[in-house]
Amino acid sequence: MTDIDIEPTDTVDARAAACPGPLMDLIGRVRSAAPGDVILLLSDNDESLTDVSEWVDETDNELLALDESGDDYGFYVEVA
Amino acid sequence: MVDRIAILGGGTGGTVLANDLADRLAAEIDAGDVEVTLINDGPDHVYKPVWLYVPFGQREPADGRRPLRELVDSRVDVVVDRVTGIDTDARELALRDGPGPLAYDHLVVATGSTLAPAEVPGLAEGGHDYYSESGAVALREELLSMTAGHLVLSVVGTPHMCPAAPLEFVFMADDWFRERGLREDVDITYTYPIGRVHGNANIAEWARPLMDERDIGVETFFNVEAVDPDAGTIASMEGTELDYDLLVGVPPHRGVDVVAEADLGDRGWVDVDKHTLEAERAEGVYAIGDAATTGVPNAGSVAHYQAGVVARRIASEVRGRPATATYDGKTLCFVETGMDAASFVEFDYENPPSPAPPSEKLHWSKLAYNEAYWLTARGLL
Ligand SMILES: Cc1cc2nc3c(=O)[nH]c(=O)nc-3n(C[C@H](O)[C@H](O)[C@H](O)COP(=O)(O)OP(=O)(O)OC[C@H]3O[C@@H](n4cnc5c(N)ncnc54)[C@H](O)[C@@H]3O)c2cc1C
Repeated sequence: MTDIDIEPTDTVDARAAACPGPLMDLIGRVRSAAPGDVILLLSDNDESLTDVSEWVDETDNELLALDESGDDYGFYVEVA
Repeated sequence: MVDRIAILGGGTGGTVLANDLADRLAAEIDAGDVEVTLINDGPDHVYKPVWLYVPFGQREPADGRRPLRELVDSRVDVVVDRVTGIDTDARELALRDGPGPLAYDHLVVATGSTLAPAEVPGLAEGGHDYYSESGAVALREELLSMTAGHLVLSVVGTPHMCPAAPLEFVFMADDWFRERGLREDVDITYTYPIGRVHGNANIAEWARPLMDERDIGVETFFNVEAVDPDAGTIASMEGTELDYDLLVGVPPHRGVDVVAEADLGDRGWVDVDKHTLEAERAEGVYAIGDAATTGVPNAGSVAHYQAGVVARRIASEVRGRPATATYDGKTLCFVETGMDAASFVEFDYENPPSPAPPSEKLHWSKLAYNEAYWLTARGLL
């Protein structure tokens, strides 16, 4: 069970996609999102752990939380 | 009752599949119990890897074309027409020119990728590509006349066909300009959307030092926002801007409209089970090659292996036996690292790639494969 209490604006399900698919799906959604939106990215790929946090560091967007409690990862990204 | 198998798309996947089924089900087809129909929207089969060599003046587009009917077993009914609708409930395909809908019992979608440069402002006007025949020919004009300036290779969209091809292009360009004594006057920059030079970490780790050694500039975290053809600039959403004299873009890719309209998946790709290749949103439908979202690269070798799996599955279904063949994610790629050296990678769902040291032998293997490809399409190799 997750104890993350964030209501995402939108969810991107990138499970089963190979790298850099999950991050690219997230970036695609960030492009069309409004500032302040929170996007939940679901990925089952370990490389997303580095890819997503590196990209968020490089941009003004923020990784609010990472849910590692289930079989997949859940990245909560707030759009700058 | 005749079992009708329709294959939509006569590229690498569809052609290998048609020939494999013709061979595997020869007795059933000859007895009139099974029909195999291959539908393609043009009379030629196109082997796209040839386009990588066209801008360097090394191959002609015609080297990558052969009449489909010459490549496909005579047991297969080849229909040259465009499919304009897929009705997965009625199990029918609508054809643009055909006399009426084409009914099927088993459908395999092998429609490949299309380019969508219009998704990025200025890209179609400012950029060149070698991901289409016309693009490769136009780029050849530019590249052959370039003697100085800044060449930018930008991977604008992923997933795209042949994830190795952008690396191959800059390695080849570097070597080619060097051989011609122009490399000092030509700067080369490679851009990639994420924090490394390739989606796969092992391939990125292997390629990056080669790029550094050869003075190929690298911009990572470069998600192209817009191209300004008048100013000759390309800008990323991360805030970097580059001036270019020649921009070679790998445009965003999509599947085809007819797949999108049939709601088999998003952006014209078909959602499939990555092992059985069965469509997730419809019964009696498989997808192979670029059209299938399995997470492995959009590569001809993938289409080839997947065609073998689907041929075995459909043959089992036709014979009333359980289908047991599955795809394990196998991918093979030769990667050109210059004008006379190449590497090779092989991987699957379980085993990551480990690129072989570049050698002249591997380069010749790639060229030999390009020649022997026509045997692959025929189902012989
Ligand atoms: C420059 C370049 C270099 C490459 N190098 C390599 C390489 O070295 N190794 C490698 O493995 N792969 C390589 N590839 C990738 C490879 O070419 C593709 O992955 C492969 O062609 C995919 O096969 P496919 O059968 O899925 O689709 P395609 O071969 O693209 O065939 C799809 C067919 O479907 C037809 N079609 C689409 N829609 C319809 C419709 N509505 N009605 C009728 N027909 C339709 C199309 O016209 C086409 O003939 C390269 C690609 C490029 C562009």
